[in-house]
Amino acid sequence: MTNRSTILVVGAGPAGLTAATELARTHQVVLFDRESAAGGIPRHSAHTGYGIRDLHRVMTGPNYARRLVERAREAGVDIRTESTVTGWAGDHSLVVTSPHGRVQWDADAVILATGARERPRSARLIAGDRPAGVLTTGQLQNMVHLHHRTPGKRAVVVGSELVSWSAVLTLREAGCDTVLMTTERSRPESYALFHHPARVLLSTPVSTATRVVRVIGRDALEAVEVEDVRAGSRRIVECDVLVLTADWIPDYELTALAGLDRDRGTRGPRVDMSLRTSRAGVFAVGNLIHPVDTADVCALDGRQVAGAVRSYLRDLGMGEHSSAAEGSASDSSAAEGSLPDSSLPDGAVIQAVAPLRWIAPSLIRAGDHAPARRRLLLWSDEFRLSPRLVATQDGREVGRLTIPWPAVPGRVLRAPWALLERANPAAGEVRVTLG
Amino acid sequence: MISDNHLDTSVDIAVIGGGLVGCAVARELAGYQLSVALIEARADIGDVTSKANTAILHTGFDATPESLESKLVRRGYELLGDYSIRAGIPIERTGALLVAWTDEELATLGKLAAKAVANGYELCELVDADEVYRREPHLGLGALGGLTVPDESIICSWTTALAYATEALDRGATLLLNHRVDSVERTGNATVLRTNSGDVRATWVINCAGHGADIIDRHFGFERFTVVPRRGELIVFDKLARSLVSSIVLPVPSSRGKGVLISPTIYGNVMLGPTADNIEDRTATGTTEAGLASLLDKGRALMPDLLDEEVTAVYAGLRAATEHDDYVTAIDAAQRYVLVGGIRSTGLTASMALAEYVAELLRGAGLQLIQRDDLPPTRRMPNVGEAFIRPYADSDRIAADAEYGKVVCFCERVTRGEIRDALESPIPPTDLDGLRRRTRALMGRCQGFYCGAEVEKLLRGASADIEVSS
Repeated sequence: MTNRSTILVVGAGPAGLTAATELARTHQVVLFDRESAAGGIPRHSAHTGYGIRDLHRVMTGPNYARRLVERAREAGVDIRTESTVTGWAGDHSLVVTSPHGRVQWDADAVILATGARERPRSARLIAGDRPAGVLTTGQLQNMVHLHHRTPGKRAVVVGSELVSWSAVLTLREAGCDTVLMTTERSRPESYALFHHPARVLLSTPVSTATRVVRVIGRDALEAVEVEDVRAGSRRIVECDVLVLTADWIPDYELTALAGLDRDRGTRGPRVDMSLRTSRAGVFAVGNLIHPVDTADVCALDGRQVAGAVRSYLRDLGMGEHSSAAEGSASDSSAAEGSLPDSSLPDGAVIQAVAPLRWIAPSLIRAGDHAPARRRLLLWSDEFRLSPRLVATQDGREVGRLTIPWPAVPGRVLRAPWALLERANPAAGEVRVTLG
Repeated sequence: MISDNHLDTSVDIAVIGGGLVGCAVARELAGYQLSVALIEARADIGDVTSKANTAILHTGFDATPESLESKLVRRGYELLGDYSIRAGIPIERTGALLVAWTDEELATLGKLAAKAVANGYELCELVDADEVYRREPHLGLGALGGLTVPDESIICSWTTALAYATEALDRGATLLLNHRVDSVERTGNATVLRTNSGDVRATWVINCAGHGADIIDRHFGFERFTVVPRRGELIVFDKLARSLVSSIVLPVPSSRGKGVLISPTIYGNVMLGPTADNIEDRTATGTTEAGLASLLDKGRALMPDLLDEEVTAVYAGLRAATEHDDYVTAIDAAQRYVLVGGIRSTGLTASMALAEYVAELLRGAGLQLIQRDDLPPTRRMPNVGEAFIRPYADSDRIAADAEYGKVVCFCERVTRGEIRDALESPIPPTDLDGLRRRTRALMGRCQGFYCGAEVEKLLRGASADIEVSS
């Protein structure tokens, strides 16, 4: 069976919902999510602090998710949950499995908003036994908030980023003490202390320059072995829960299956300032391209991409509402055949130099305007109180900025667009260094 | 039927050990006019060595010629190859390529080719370095040559054990789970196996106890071998790595020590391993820092691109090695006891031939084996192989039953329908690991980030008294 829509969006988190909502005012939009409810990750997070930059209010995760879903419905987005996109059937065609069947969906534009997840224990190559009780934050929140189960009594939390503290709070709600937080970095990311009830957080012991090297316990978790990275000394910490936080990886399966160019730093698709990927008509937004920033920043990607998608459709000769009238025609080949030569202009790749791990977007194409919120997003593996960023192209400096807020490992560093505004899309690779 | 209770059981044949070999033997003997009990200490079949192997269906090209292992692997290759078609066990005929990286290894390839012929396998072919890279373009630099083994295949060892045990049950055998044999008593014409869940009285006892086979053997008064567990650690890479490898890339044994292999898995991933450490603890299935580090080192040299991909899983399995070079089998007609021990990783391939061999031994000892003429047809197992159509991709199945359109485990695309089927199957899973072996649920790249809690709920919902652990 084949269906058709002008625009397909994959992933109903903040980025996908916002993109779909913006575009539904002018075009037919179908939004897929594999979960049984739309809303994405905020659904699982009971804490407040959502919606500040996009909705200009402060809400809890579930309320924020609900609001975004309501807005999308009101705008006319066709939201299809329990719909797993399993692959591509063409440049702008997706194959979708849902209880209603297995359907090919053809479109003119596709927006990928598949998000990011935390690396599980296996991908972190932590040796030892394989007992129950080793969780990521996502699993923990799912278990506590959606399934109302108690994870255990004594937890060790790996990581000391925002999400790690969020895990501590979730554990506390579930009656589980955090006996130790570990971070391989030399200082904890104290940022979170200003955002959460300090009493809880200050009573949580944090070991810096420490890593978990072994899991102990055959059936149930009994302890972990931790190593002081500098001294090389090791000790055993008893616990019945191990929460592995942060260490984000985008869900890039559809990106890779399409053969889109990927950024080595984020591992997600490489996009330009308009959030266009290497395939004309395929766009990417949210934590798929910057693992990870806050939900509201993801949502604003959704607004940014809407303009680019509209302009792409205009170039295709598709007026607004033009294909909404077509409804669900079952002819797939016509659309593919009618595409004009819409090859994308080349651009300059932006390379983040260590200790910067990545920058997003990481491509400037001719005609690109400023990125979402006029902000570039960067990830630094080192702390800087007043980060100095320098952009060079072909040995020449094209931008230099000192940012009045710190670069903190484990959270996105947002930098003004002015850094790259003068870069030339035709002059080759741009290198961004942190001083 | 599955019996979990403490009532005593009395049968013609008791098979100790619900691994691949024990399940195959129980299935075979249940095909005769005999009552059979399959006794397993753990809560599920195939839960020890059989679940953590390299899952290769071997031609036996490199076995020791004239050994029992060589004979049974060759025969087993044919038997299981045929059975997999009937029972719906996923199998992929990928072929294998041995790759030489040193002059010594290159010289060994020629000897291996001759050995293959001595083992009755004549299709191996020596190839030069260009051909090696043509076949496996992602190999690291420095390959000098190779030897092809076109018929080496990959197979699902989980489904194999389950298919054997399910057919044994269909043929009327009794499966006694959670029955650990603690002692053995000979009384007149029978043996009484004292287990932690009651006695099992049997005329004949077949010892397929894997890591415990030497201990059971001692209960019968023998001192003929000792199981030395050999731990093998494995790293499984993301499905997106699958296109990097087309066949099983095997190491050439040399003075550098045993190399590791890179192989596609039947679930669409790529596997790197195994290590080989002789250890004391027969339950030490944890991974080690040293083991994982050594695998990454070897993998980096073998196929650098592979290391760029995400790791989906790491695990360790134990092979039941002994001081003997061959399988250790024997029959004691006086005690009516058969030993099938020292079955190493080739046991998956040899399993059905071993079962046939046990039947021959019994016949030789005077047991009347009369084929039943009312055998039920072989049931087709649910497909968990990536190369075959799975329910999420099967429009007809989803149209007939919407549960096959409800994807629960996103990474592995396991549907509610499949989980339901597993829970309602003749040998249902008792924990998450068992569910994973039957459906692939939770074995994907996110390892439960998205669906862990949901899948656990389905499992818990199935039975209030099921204990969930993973």
